[in-house]
Amino acid sequence: MTIQFNEETFRDDYSFRNSDWAIKRFPFPFHEDSYMYSVNMEQHRGGPEGSVYEKRFDVDEHYVSEMRDRAIVLADDPLRCQSLPHMTLAGWDTLELIMVSKSEDYPDLFELHRDGNRWRWINKPMGIDHTFTFLDETTLPCGPLEYITRQAQGDYAVLDQRNDMLYMDAGMITTQADWSLDFDIGMDFFEWHAPVPLAHEMGIFKRALKFLLNIQQGAPARRLNWTMTVNPLLDTSPENYHKWGVQKTTLTPENIGSKQHLRVELQTFYRLPRSNALLFPIRCYLIAFQDIVSIPKWGRRLHRVIRDLPEELATYKGFIDNRPMMLDYLSQYDDGLPTSPGVWPDLDTEPPLQK
Amino acid sequence: MSAAPQKAKAGAEKIEVEVSAIVPLNDLVTRFEFTRRDGLPFPPFSAGAHTVVEMNDDGRTRLNPYSLMSDPADSSKYAISVRRDDEGRGGSLFMHRKVKVGDAMTITYPVNLFPLDLRGRKHVFLAGGIGITPFMAMIAHLERMGGAWELHYACRSEALGTYVDELTSRHPNKVHVYYDDKKQAIALEDLLDGQPLGTHVYVCGPQGMIQWVHKTAAAHGWPDENVHSEEFLAPQPGKPFEVRLCKSDIVIQVGEHESLLEAIERCGVEAPFLCRGGACGQCETDVVEADGEFIHRDHWLDDDEHASGKKIMPCVSRFVGKTLVLDR
Repeated sequence: MTIQFNEETFRDDYSFRNSDWAIKRFPFPFHEDSYMYSVNMEQHRGGPEGSVYEKRFDVDEHYVSEMRDRAIVLADDPLRCQSLPHMTLAGWDTLELIMVSKSEDYPDLFELHRDGNRWRWINKPMGIDHTFTFLDETTLPCGPLEYITRQAQGDYAVLDQRNDMLYMDAGMITTQADWSLDFDIGMDFFEWHAPVPLAHEMGIFKRALKFLLNIQQGAPARRLNWTMTVNPLLDTSPENYHKWGVQKTTLTPENIGSKQHLRVELQTFYRLPRSNALLFPIRCYLIAFQDIVSIPKWGRRLHRVIRDLPEELATYKGFIDNRPMMLDYLSQYDDGLPTSPGVWPDLDTEPPLQK
Repeated sequence: MSAAPQKAKAGAEKIEVEVSAIVPLNDLVTRFEFTRRDGLPFPPFSAGAHTVVEMNDDGRTRLNPYSLMSDPADSSKYAISVRRDDEGRGGSLFMHRKVKVGDAMTITYPVNLFPLDLRGRKHVFLAGGIGITPFMAMIAHLERMGGAWELHYACRSEALGTYVDELTSRHPNKVHVYYDDKKQAIALEDLLDGQPLGTHVYVCGPQGMIQWVHKTAAAHGWPDENVHSEEFLAPQPGKPFEVRLCKSDIVIQVGEHESLLEAIERCGVEAPFLCRGGACGQCETDVVEADGEFIHRDHWLDDDEHASGKKIMPCVSRFVGKTLVLDR
């Protein structure tokens, strides 16, 4: 299909919108009426046609505007993209993986022509046509990781694997849920996860690390994570907390439906072939509460999940103060009917709201 | 998304290949080269990776890991070099005697348990015998990327010096060969003492050599994380024993010449694995009940775990005794 790219912003006037198509394919993260941590991994090998799981790197109507927002963030703060010296090869791995995947999965939007190490890359939505030499940094305007992730939605953490441990040694992080690459750079897996409550005690991170260390070439994996964001902000970084944190206090019963967004991360994991590093793309999807409740099953379920979420998690995810207002709003869309299992909208089979 | 945790898969992804060349290198070692049957290029791999070769030996499935020793940048072929082990369980004999050019075989995607530390300012390789194979790929990689390296290679004799001629003619100043039959030995202590800061050492060879390098390096103040080794263990034969798999609810017999993992697979129970040589940790299995003695042979579990009797690595370890019940 041909994608119609939105003209929209993720700052200032917040003109970001989801089309009906984007709402129906939103990666709703709750497969049942409650939520607790788990190492909820599955293979990343396609998914239902049109879903965000179908392609290796999903491209949607927000692509061009998201890339414009990333360029603004980088112009203000170049440290959002870093790569320690030994990670250059992993950057080339990342560039190759994304270029090959996008040109195969979206041939009408992207083309890659390879003649040995002489590569020509065409990115039609962004108007790029560039010929360069693979593995020769002097033929790109910036490092390979920065070059390709300025053209790919989502954040990218690149993890070096040494001595049965993962290290945050490179990344492009501009659409993050309140964490900082500049702070975490060089940290090991347990160090950068130290702020997460409950999960350490549950042994989640030990199990997750073991799983990640064993992700092999040709067998990528994925999981979802989620949080809440007031206004459709991609860049909710600690560096800019003074700008966006205060916006959480602007929520009112009148504007909550359009201002409050569920923020979902589609996290994928790829073993990179040349460097043996692990690529960790974190793709952020935003959806306004008023759009979620247009899907009856999701409206019912989101109310129940937010209502029953342990206090530590609501605090860590940063919405404990706004939870009562959220519940007042969401309870209007919960009629108490049972919901079907699984994450899909099930619009044809789930009854409309009964009140 | 099912959002349900998935159990570990049995083995890495597979690639269907054809044997494109068989090159005898000396009395013991032969190189096997593979091309893809679907005509696509092979995936790039990181130097130090291995592949598991599936052999159909008269109805018996053998799965042996071999280091990829071809140039990682060459996507037209993969190559392994196999040393014939006349006393072994038969995998290398099968490769040497039964495999012919043109045969269809199945190998796995590359898995790397012995990667280069890309932070290293210099890489010192210590090879013993057939342990040269991963270093062939590492050398090709570092030559391309402009990395600093040197190789110290111990062989039994000139006649058994696999790839010695190729290495010394291409890299006369970086390759040092030592022949046992000439009583030549690597001067390890001097070698370790003379290295610049940021050097990493890699050893691949017999168990005694690996232990010697780790011990000597530690004694000379080298940090553990700068000393890397890889040793695939072949499962050793042993007395037959009986095991109950409680999740699958069956009792199986492990024969003298098969590993516990192979017996589990033969009985139709899918068990996770990657290296089949006691190194990767994938096949780690919980012991539910045991009355007898474990013969632990893996490098994965630590001494306390071995002593606890709560875990076993079925790819290389065995059991002698009355009762063994596994959580599988």
